[in-house]
Amino acid sequence: MLWSDLEELGKVFAPLQELERMRRVLAKTSFPPAGEFPAVNIWSSGEDSVVTAEIPGVDPSLIDITVAGSTLTLKGTRQGEEVKGDDESYHRRERWHGQFSKVIDLPFSVEPDAVRARFAKGVLYVDLPRAEAEKPKKILITSS
Amino acid sequence: MQENQKEVVKREAEVQEGIERTRSTKVYAPATDIIEKKDNMVLFADMPGVDEKSVEVTLEKNILTIYGKVEPRMPEKRKLVLSEYGIGDYHRTFTVSDAIDRDRIDATVSNGVLKLVLPKAEALKTKKIAVKAEN
Repeated sequence: MLWSDLEELGKVFAPLQELERMRRVLAKTSFPPAGEFPAVNIWSSGEDSVVTAEIPGVDPSLIDITVAGSTLTLKGTRQGEEVKGDDESYHRRERWHGQFSKVIDLPFSVEPDAVRARFAKGVLYVDLPRAEAEKPKKILITSS
Repeated sequence: MQENQKEVVKREAEVQEGIERTRSTKVYAPATDIIEKKDNMVLFADMPGVDEKSVEVTLEKNILTIYGKVEPRMPEKRKLVLSEYGIGDYHRTFTVSDAIDRDRIDATVSNGVLKLVLPKAEALKTKKIAVKAEN
């Protein structure tokens, strides 16, 4: 077999392109971290944390938010659509439904009275300021 | 979805191989319930972050397209310490039968859920025929 033959072979198999194609296929099947409903994101700075959760289709007044120390608990129910009688049937049922109770560990203790929650377009935003007592204190050095 | 399945993962919308989107944001396929009723089909799609102004529903021939644009809201000056979901637009297409009355499709958005009511065409509604006893 000649080198020139190999080159010809390469044109048919195009190994590099094939590898690139496989890489793309693999990239599509990445596994994002999964959690219990609802999925949450936590944003934090030294002063406070912001928890966001996607809870579409739930009346915000029926979401129970409690804080104790450095844990935040979200509770509620997401009703599935009812199917009545023989005339109605599901073609697809992908949306999550049922009771949820999610406990979220925060990076630090929070000031319970200063917690604020907002709900817009199916997304819950909870602002959790850090407890005063836990905030880092700067220590001044005194020279004697 | 199973009753006992508690895990939730947003599924990315499918794109044909070799074709790329112009915008670099992620695009998800919203979880959808479709219920067939006597006079209509009802579709519910979970699209958190979307309101009535940012969702588009089109029906071309028999392809029903749902597109929802999400303005990402990232809290400023904070680091993401836990990420269970990604933020992006929503896109999903369905084929619908010709038996849908195109002029009377109704779309509403409430708390991040899109509800579509697709009425069945008058002529194609199933008619129940009463069976009478003959004496």
